[in-house]
Amino acid sequence: MWDFPLLPDQASVNAPKLDALMLFELGVVVFFTLMIGLLVLAFCVRFRRGNPVDRSHPPTHSKAMEVVWIGVPLILSLIMFVWSTRLFFDLYEAPPDAAQIDVVGKQWMWYLQHPQGRSETNELHVPLGRPMKLNMTSQDVLHSFYIPAFRIKQDVLPGRYTSLWFEPTKVGVYNLFCAEYCGTNHSVMIGKVHVMEPADYEHWLTEKGSGPSQAEEGERLFVQNHCAGCHRGSQIVHAPRLEGVYGKPVPIQNGNNVEFATADYLYIRDSILDPKKQVVAGYEPIMPSFKDQISEPDLLKIIEYIKSISNANATPETAQ
Amino acid sequence: MSASAQAHHDGPPADYLSESTVKSWLLTTDHKRVGILYLISVTIFFIAGGVLAGLMRLELMTPRGDVLGSPDTYNRMFTMHGVIMIFFFLVPAIPSVLGNFLLPLMIGARDLAFPKINLLSWYVYMVGGIMGVWILMHGGIDTGWTFYTPFSSMYSNSMVLTAAVAVFITGFSSILTGLNFIVTVHTMRAPGMTWFRMPLFVWSHYATALIMVLATPVLAISIVLVGLEKFFGVGVFDPRLGGDPVLFQHLFWFYSHPAVYIMVLPGFAVISEIIPCFARRPIFGYRFVAFASVAIAIFGFLVWGHHMFVSGQSMYAGAVFSILSFLVAIPSAIKVFNWTATLYKGSLSFDTPMLYALGFMGLFTIGGLTGLMLASLALDVHVHDTYFVVAHFHYIMVGGTVMAYLGGIHFWWPKISGRTYPEIWGKLSALLVFVGFNLTFFPQFLLGYLGMPRRYFEYRPEFQVLNVMSTAGATVLAVGMLMPMIYLGLSLRQPKNAGDNPWGATGLEWQIESPPTTHNFHEPVLVTCEPYLYSPEEAEREYAHAQHVHSA
Repeated sequence: MWDFPLLPDQASVNAPKLDALMLFELGVVVFFTLMIGLLVLAFCVRFRRGNPVDRSHPPTHSKAMEVVWIGVPLILSLIMFVWSTRLFFDLYEAPPDAAQIDVVGKQWMWYLQHPQGRSETNELHVPLGRPMKLNMTSQDVLHSFYIPAFRIKQDVLPGRYTSLWFEPTKVGVYNLFCAEYCGTNHSVMIGKVHVMEPADYEHWLTEKGSGPSQAEEGERLFVQNHCAGCHRGSQIVHAPRLEGVYGKPVPIQNGNNVEFATADYLYIRDSILDPKKQVVAGYEPIMPSFKDQISEPDLLKIIEYIKSISNANATPETAQ
Repeated sequence: MSASAQAHHDGPPADYLSESTVKSWLLTTDHKRVGILYLISVTIFFIAGGVLAGLMRLELMTPRGDVLGSPDTYNRMFTMHGVIMIFFFLVPAIPSVLGNFLLPLMIGARDLAFPKINLLSWYVYMVGGIMGVWILMHGGIDTGWTFYTPFSSMYSNSMVLTAAVAVFITGFSSILTGLNFIVTVHTMRAPGMTWFRMPLFVWSHYATALIMVLATPVLAISIVLVGLEKFFGVGVFDPRLGGDPVLFQHLFWFYSHPAVYIMVLPGFAVISEIIPCFARRPIFGYRFVAFASVAIAIFGFLVWGHHMFVSGQSMYAGAVFSILSFLVAIPSAIKVFNWTATLYKGSLSFDTPMLYALGFMGLFTIGGLTGLMLASLALDVHVHDTYFVVAHFHYIMVGGTVMAYLGGIHFWWPKISGRTYPEIWGKLSALLVFVGFNLTFFPQFLLGYLGMPRRYFEYRPEFQVLNVMSTAGATVLAVGMLMPMIYLGLSLRQPKNAGDNPWGATGLEWQIESPPTTHNFHEPVLVTCEPYLYSPEEAEREYAHAQHVHSA
């Protein structure tokens, strides 16, 4: 109850890099605070009224000094900017071999799906030493996925997919917080991240028997929601085939012009919920909307299925 | 003194306070009286916001939510704390109280350019404020002062729209004040009061007024859009209607980041007056300090995106906003360095206003420098929306604005009221505020880096020690802040004993009676010299002479 940590756990590849930058900036902050503080104190003592010191011709301005105290902070700022921006870009560029976990935030819980099929709520199990990519969306308001021990955070937005990656370096249990205020129970939208030895993780994944994977589950939903009737090469209804479409440019009819959109997560999601928005060139806009009929986690599963049949560019993300 | 503003005493002149009917106050167009009306109102709002803060700190003594009982109560409290403190205290405090009172006096004018609009701005402010209080009495709002959509537009069951309208209305008060200041500075300066003979107080308020006029309308637009979405389902921010939740954040911060400078630039204004007076020497680098205000006002418009590094906006936008945020730190640094240099070779005395000003420098330096950490993209990812941010902006907005406001109130209290206050209590309050402030907010930097998110009603037990420290500090801070209200209030019971110029200051406002007469100056003012014509050697001679007389 009364333990007193001063630094959070360092449990990801990112954490020590970030702490190093923090230490540098802390140094700058402490240096300037002390410098100002000590100068002010020294002047206050030395030039206090009645203290016999030389007060003749107090300087009223000095271009040289102004240049120095504009120049030095400017240079230090640029160093901080370059250093931190490089770290920041690393933070959002997941390595190609990262395993993907889908995340859905809702008032007031986290729903997490592993590619192999197991899903969990407010608990996230991850293997030590393997890069993990999070693909996140929200079912209602803004949330923010925050693991302090990994020094990562990303807002989770309705109607969009945001992503984040990390590589755990220390076995243990860590806090998972919602950092964006999301309503009444914002402060209890808390989870635990369990970093496990890879073997334990494999065991954990199959602990409850090896159920259907995300993509298999997605295929079931694909059939159940009657998507297959049109999109699986039936001759009766005119709808584009979906094999190989993921990640490829799709021709979109826009008035008399044809534009291209990349068939990514957001595009497929929009096509399911608002199919009249971007109609593939050469097809009639006859697909009904599935708005409010398919939940966010199920949408993610269907997208995983469509991704899994993009045989031409099977990404390592699903090839777990 | 050097400026040729002489008071002619043909019998005791009636000062601006002498007429005391309620009607004479409510229908006044005297800028000084409007300033007093604001002084009373912002003090009431400050107390309300402070009580809410105290209750929140009490709740956070323990990791379980066991004091206020329900998370909704807590959420409504921190929202109202933010709304009241920002829109009804920090934004109007210095410009509307001290700015209204002093701006015409400092440039040798009889009043502001539009005295009736000035009174109107107070009424508009009060309408917004009373709506705010009404909301508080009738359940409150739970969106946070940032009103982020789609929570505010679609999910919150509280009085979002009423609060938005209250803020919308109050915004007009801010716009009117800004407009009045800009026109006043351009057209009402006394003969000889060139731009570079203006006190830095006026420069800072001029820069503030520019932001008020240019940024506040954007807040109004955002609020109108939230209303349209809520009532008519116009899809602006909610993705289910085809809107974009991040768009709201862009609009909101396009006002609210410059608004931070609306709060703190007037603080700079006060400090730039106090330090030369108690150091008894001209400010160091007058032109740099003046231009830094304008630079902050301009840069302040270009950095709103640094509130959104993890919002899902593009990484490249993040990089641009990051570098611009670093750049806005430079003019603030210029000011701190110049104030420090102003102490060199001065003849320093440590009366209450000076203690507040020195405290301001310490707190603002910490607040400003920790801003560098937040401007750093990768670090911001970790500390964004944690207590680190809470600590940072309280150092800027309370440590900066409130310290400066209290310093300014003490500095000009003899001019405003004609009374002195007990110096010993003043010094004690400055000390308690400084110590209490650091005890309250420094632990929050640590809490934030440890990962405690803000706006949490309950928290992990490992965060308790630091929270208890913070709450203990808040108690000291509260005592320090209550004290001036008591002894300044009590000072009104004594006769007007302050004298025209108790600090021996050189500004035009000190060359007339305390309290000033209704028409400020008895004859046209002619300015023939620059501001801050203090001499440390002169001050030493006077001091030695006084000591000599005393000991003789």
